[in-house]
Amino acid sequence: MTVRTAELLMAIATLALSLGLMFNVYADGLTIGWVEGRGPGAGMWPFWLSAGMALAALATLVRWVQRKTPESRSDAPYIAPETLFLVAVSAVSLLALLVLMTVIGTYLSLMLFMFFYVRVLGKHSWAMTWAFVVGTPIFIYLLFEVALTKYLPKGWPIFEEGFLVIDNLRYEYFY
Amino acid sequence: METILVSLGAGLMQAFEPLNLFMIFAGCLAGLFVGCMPGLGSVNGVAILLPVTFLVPPTAAIIFLAALYYGAMYGGAISSITLGIPGASTAVATVFDGRPMAQQGKADKALMAAAIASFIGGTVSVILFTLFAPPLAAFALKFGPQEEFALMLLAFATFIGLGGDDIPKTVFSILLGLVMAAIGFDIISGQPRMIFFDMVEFQRGIGFLVLAIGIYGIGEMLWTLESTKGQVTMHKVQITWARMKANFAEVKKYINSTWLGSFLGFFVGTLPAAGATPASLMSYGLSKTFSKDPDSYGKGNVAGVAAPEAANNAASTGSMLPMITLGIPGSPTTAILLGGMIIWGLRPGPLLFTESPDFVWGLIGSMYVANVATVILNLAMIPIFIRVLAMPFTLLTPIIFVLCVLGVFATTDRMFDTWIMLILGVGGYLMRKLNYPVAPAVLAIVLGPLAERSLRQSLISSQGDVTTFVTRPISLTCVLLALALISYPLVQRALRRRQSQRRAA
Repeated sequence: MTVRTAELLMAIATLALSLGLMFNVYADGLTIGWVEGRGPGAGMWPFWLSAGMALAALATLVRWVQRKTPESRSDAPYIAPETLFLVAVSAVSLLALLVLMTVIGTYLSLMLFMFFYVRVLGKHSWAMTWAFVVGTPIFIYLLFEVALTKYLPKGWPIFEEGFLVIDNLRYEYFY
Repeated sequence: METILVSLGAGLMQAFEPLNLFMIFAGCLAGLFVGCMPGLGSVNGVAILLPVTFLVPPTAAIIFLAALYYGAMYGGAISSITLGIPGASTAVATVFDGRPMAQQGKADKALMAAAIASFIGGTVSVILFTLFAPPLAAFALKFGPQEEFALMLLAFATFIGLGGDDIPKTVFSILLGLVMAAIGFDIISGQPRMIFFDMVEFQRGIGFLVLAIGIYGIGEMLWTLESTKGQVTMHKVQITWARMKANFAEVKKYINSTWLGSFLGFFVGTLPAAGATPASLMSYGLSKTFSKDPDSYGKGNVAGVAAPEAANNAASTGSMLPMITLGIPGSPTTAILLGGMIIWGLRPGPLLFTESPDFVWGLIGSMYVANVATVILNLAMIPIFIRVLAMPFTLLTPIIFVLCVLGVFATTDRMFDTWIMLILGVGGYLMRKLNYPVAPAVLAIVLGPLAERSLRQSLISSQGDVTTFVTRPISLTCVLLALALISYPLVQRALRRRQSQRRAA
């Protein structure tokens, strides 16, 4: 995909987004007009600002047709093929991390995530790999659960119960 | 004047409290680290680490983040000089002369000049800050919601007039941020707004940190992975005591450029759309113009390193001025700090000086100490940071990603926000590749709720009369300035067209 095509698609997407926002506010029945003696209604701010977004997106679209922006004249690839892999892998690995966090819990998914980057992508030594795979969850546990007293997602009940053993130990011996 | 000195003394005492002093050093170190990593700058460091600062009281937290801010300004120079890649956008101008110097084997001289110029820039601007902040805050106490709204209008207008990006795209970015800030319950009528797909989670809105970490954490890493894939070559740095002493003697060669950069940086830094990057570029340009030997710039003139470095440090302090006194952030980094202050339960704006003097003066005191701390840490640790720079992305990237995901989760305890963060991060990256500026959106989502509230408060108190914004002198001035800024690019274009027509005729 060239930058020129991407510019057009993005302009259309932003226009659709703006119109969608306007419709959403309108369909909710919020007052988009002026309330006499009180000024703007609850929906006025989001509705008219979205309208402004739509106009801005439309302007980008018109400038695309006129080939006025540098992007609309560029035939360079939008994401260079040699870096596409890296960007896609990063985005997908994050997506996987978020999905796994809700299924097998934060700590197991962190270990998998680290293993993937350090060993699979980075091809670092096993010593480095283990340091990251084991060190990250421990550091995260100490920082977020102990110091910041947060309860990070533990996944489905079966995984959560397994983890509670560690928490119990902590409360038994340290408090 | 006397009251300022007394308060400043108290602030300095506070900065030397063990916890705060520790936070200054930790912040400077973290800042030097994010600053010198290509792709990460102060704004990324502040966004990613803000959730972690809930460990300590607000004063210590902002001291940490402010120290990180200066540290990053110093750190940016390290990779600009040794790698020839700016460590942060604020250090772009440092590459122009820093890289030729490194190629000539004078990397140590460039690094020293950068550190010393940064120190002078930081110190000059913190003194200016101390002098300007209290009277400005006292003046701003008279502001009503009308003035607040007019000021925010002015802040957004600077992006259109001075941002230099494509105007429709800038407008879109600003408005998108403002609309995103409106998701959730309306503060005045209490009605739910924009609950997409009837998902209950939207009722609590989208926090600014979700957008900030999405864009400056996830989006920035994707951007960096793509742009630094190529091989980087590092230049050797020789540092010995004898060379350091000799380098100190050279300060007078670049002292004038440093002074120029310091003052220029401070004032440019106070403008919301400008900030450290344009300040350092302007300072480089001016220093070249005023130089007796402009041709040596770009070929390894040490003044070409000092001028932008002094300016970017000065600008980072300068951008704190409107944030602390008016509640209008002067840069994306301070926008995130401002959002943090709201989470800590402080109300940014002129009342801060009267309501939380400990917080404000503790921060100001820490700026003096942080400047000294950073210059010492920087000079002492250059060899270590050069080694850090060789860290492969397969180790740095997962750490940043994990901190982003868990940082967002920790601020709201909702997985929902981490999903939104990922969507916004990837979306922001895709838009940024098409030159949609992202900083205005971050500023807008922080200021959005405040802007809407002040607009509607003003209109309720004036019973729906719009002229309330133009009948009050201060607000009228701001509105007029904002209009002038918005029309500035149009006028400029018209003038240019007329000029070319005349030339054609």
